[in-house]
Amino acid sequence: MSQTDGAESSPMLTGAEDRGQLRPAGEDPALVSVERLRVTLTGSEIDIVDEVSFTLHRGEVLGLVGESGSGKTTVALALMGHTRSGLAIGGGRVIFDGRDLLTLGSELGALRGTRIAYVAQDPTSALTPTLRIRTQLREVFTTHGTERLGGMSAEDRIAELLSEVGLDRVGHVLEAFPHQLSGGQQQRVMLAMAFACRPDLIILDEPTTGLDVTTQRQVLDAIRAMCHSYRVAAVYVSHDLAVVSELADRVGVMYAGRLVELGATRSVFTAPGHPYTRALVRAIPSPTRAHVLVGLEGQPPRPGHRPAGCFFADRCEFSVQACRLRMPDAMSLDGERHWARCVRSTEIVELPAFAELPERELRATSQDLAGLLAVRGLSAGYGGTPILRDISFAVQPRTCLAVVGESGAGKTTLARCIVGLHSGWQGTIEFNGTSLAQDRRDRGRDIARRMQYIFQNPYTALNPRKTVGQLVEQPLRELFSLSRKERADRRERALDAAALSRSFSGMFPDQLSGGERQRVAIARALVVNPDLLVCDEVTSALDVSVQAAIVELLDDLKRTRGVSVVLITHNLALVRSLADDVVILREGVMVEQGATVLDQPREEYTATLLRNVPDLSITS
Amino acid sequence: MNVSWGWVSLLARAARTRRGAIGLTVTGAVVLLAIIGPFIAPHSPTVSQTAPFAPPSGAYPLGSDGIGRDVLSRVLAGGWLLLGVAAASTLLGVGAGLLIGIFAAYRGGIVDSMLMRIVDVLLAFPPLVFALLIVSVLGRHVWLLLIAVSISHTPQVARVVRAAALDVSARDFVRAVELLGTPSRRVMTGEILPNLLSVVMVELGLRFTFAILLIASLSFLSFGIQPPAADWGLMINENRIGLTVNPWGVLVPVVLIAVLTIGLNTFTDAIARASLGLERPPEQMDLVATGIVSEATL
Repeated sequence: MSQTDGAESSPMLTGAEDRGQLRPAGEDPALVSVERLRVTLTGSEIDIVDEVSFTLHRGEVLGLVGESGSGKTTVALALMGHTRSGLAIGGGRVIFDGRDLLTLGSELGALRGTRIAYVAQDPTSALTPTLRIRTQLREVFTTHGTERLGGMSAEDRIAELLSEVGLDRVGHVLEAFPHQLSGGQQQRVMLAMAFACRPDLIILDEPTTGLDVTTQRQVLDAIRAMCHSYRVAAVYVSHDLAVVSELADRVGVMYAGRLVELGATRSVFTAPGHPYTRALVRAIPSPTRAHVLVGLEGQPPRPGHRPAGCFFADRCEFSVQACRLRMPDAMSLDGERHWARCVRSTEIVELPAFAELPERELRATSQDLAGLLAVRGLSAGYGGTPILRDISFAVQPRTCLAVVGESGAGKTTLARCIVGLHSGWQGTIEFNGTSLAQDRRDRGRDIARRMQYIFQNPYTALNPRKTVGQLVEQPLRELFSLSRKERADRRERALDAAALSRSFSGMFPDQLSGGERQRVAIARALVVNPDLLVCDEVTSALDVSVQAAIVELLDDLKRTRGVSVVLITHNLALVRSLADDVVILREGVMVEQGATVLDQPREEYTATLLRNVPDLSITS
Repeated sequence: MNVSWGWVSLLARAARTRRGAIGLTVTGAVVLLAIIGPFIAPHSPTVSQTAPFAPPSGAYPLGSDGIGRDVLSRVLAGGWLLLGVAAASTLLGVGAGLLIGIFAAYRGGIVDSMLMRIVDVLLAFPPLVFALLIVSVLGRHVWLLLIAVSISHTPQVARVVRAAALDVSARDFVRAVELLGTPSRRVMTGEILPNLLSVVMVELGLRFTFAILLIASLSFLSFGIQPPAADWGLMINENRIGLTVNPWGVLVPVVLIAVLTIGLNTFTDAIARASLGLERPPEQMDLVATGIVSEATL
């Protein structure tokens, strides 16, 4: 065990970090070297990001991962000498090809777009809606000079770029306006634009978030191919560890504004040295392995409220007295360029990351079309446009049925038909043997109680003007006549069941984190003792560690309270960790169904979906 | 951040900003003057005291008007009726607009279309002409003035509230309550209304300003508050012929009405900004919005 002076204190970092690395001698020096980068709130000493140091070589992809608010985007933007308004770079150096970007001033503008390129998360807002793609791509060369064409005509170069990012029908794409292209095509146009001037460094900020798995796979392939063929150094910012694991050569893990672990992708994800990385890895569902997810409780300390010691100590199962005294130094692990900021990292790195996590037991389900909820021949549409065609399945008591599909598959419409928010469908939906009316208003109180819907977005599903207590008691007021005491009793039990502290009762939704809000929504559903929970993408707005905790909760409710769950999701990996039975939907039609669909897919579509899901455990 | 997001908290947050503090102070001073004015007026506001259009003197600091009444006493006594009618008509008008707006937005469909077409017709009348029409046909009564001003508020408020309520009723928490079988009246009052608070506060401020101007204009045109009562709008009309002899009879009411409306507008603006969370410097709000920093940090 050796303690590097690197990330903590000295300008020797580059040397220290590179010590013992496996690069051949004579390799070019680092393209980018970040030294003790510090970003603060303008005009204050409150740091958003501090003590961030790493190096990046040509042709290397560095993944920066972390949950929302961890400072990963702030670091990525600082690599261009940029900060969001309200923030300022408070110290440190960003050496790019021998020059410190932070002292460059006006020359910086010339570097951006030519030698350093940036791809934003949302291509729809990055492309001008009123200009054709051809015009927008040509602008790159008019702005940065036609000498960047490398002797080609602009037309040829643009066509070459588009085929390099994997777009076919180039002529069609060039003539199109942005809205005529799909999200994946738009993002590939953004990539082409970024690579147009043959940059040395490209910064990708969550470029595949919001894309379906199949499209995501195509965009990731394009990024990987472009980075390798142009020998471009890339920083890939993402909250999705599985995506990063497939693309990045090295990974840096951010937590509360600090880089807590850095190393080769494989060693970081298979043998994490920081308890936070370990927790993240264990929270991620796998499409190939049905392991039990372990969530991470609590929240990272906010800027301005960070403790003296390790920022993770309060949530850490390994914390000891020493953790709370001072921020741990970076400890070098396994002799390579892998280090973690944890006093016990040499012990933790020896622990199996997730191999010992128990596999879930799959419950054998009957294919019988009775059950608690039975959907038969359901077809539905909006204003004449058919969305769902001939859907039939059943949900057995005490089981979880997952409905999986990409965007446009009709998942949410299906959920809304079941709960009665969408009328105008044909077919039958039976609940406990009784056929349900189309509209919620004709279904009666008993159904309203026994079937509860949990919305996708916990930020809009709770009335911001009501306290948690009022929100959870609301179904009781509507569906029962109970005394104040009885209501308070049941409210407290529901909060307990949703693993929320009873002290939340007096708080308003905007004082809660996303995960806590989703738990309040679950408590609101549980308070009336339902038989069925219809969960529509309930984790898609949440961070992975929070997602794992919600999945744990749903699984627990199913086992201990005998609640059945209909889980609507696009996340195949999540299905493994929760569902007993699976329905695959594609463009409103059922592709296949069964408990073994993920293990032995019968249909090509399912197999393709499964292949395209990024998987962390493949690296291990 | 405050635990309660109620209207008191919104007003308090607005008042704590520079803009809000200035607006509130200025408005408060004029309102206070109008309320205690009648009790501290040195002379009767309606009885002739001295020569017409007498210039300021020791006994009559602002001189006298066209029939020798004390201008200072008339200024002190002439505010409360204006403010009272303006406040009452604002409450009535905004209340009615709020009901129509929420109902139209939540019900949607044919109900929405019909209500909005009626509102559009009302909007087509210039408010002043509309009020003149009512008062000239039905007679010059204060209660009629109040109703005419209220009705001229209603369509604008209904439009604004409907737009905001459409946004709120599309949110998932409204669906969640509907799934419980809550009657729509309670959905509107319990779920939608509380989320329109900031819109309503801003409308109240705007409409109050507007009402003051409208009533003062009507009084100036002699269709509002009637002589011999003291009223700022009326005073401007009565004293404009003596403008060159004793300008105070016009200038003081003009300045008071201007200060009052500007002050109110400033405070309303502060409420609007506070309700959007804009009371902080813009760059800090960006950070909160993007989730880099929580409210509590700043």
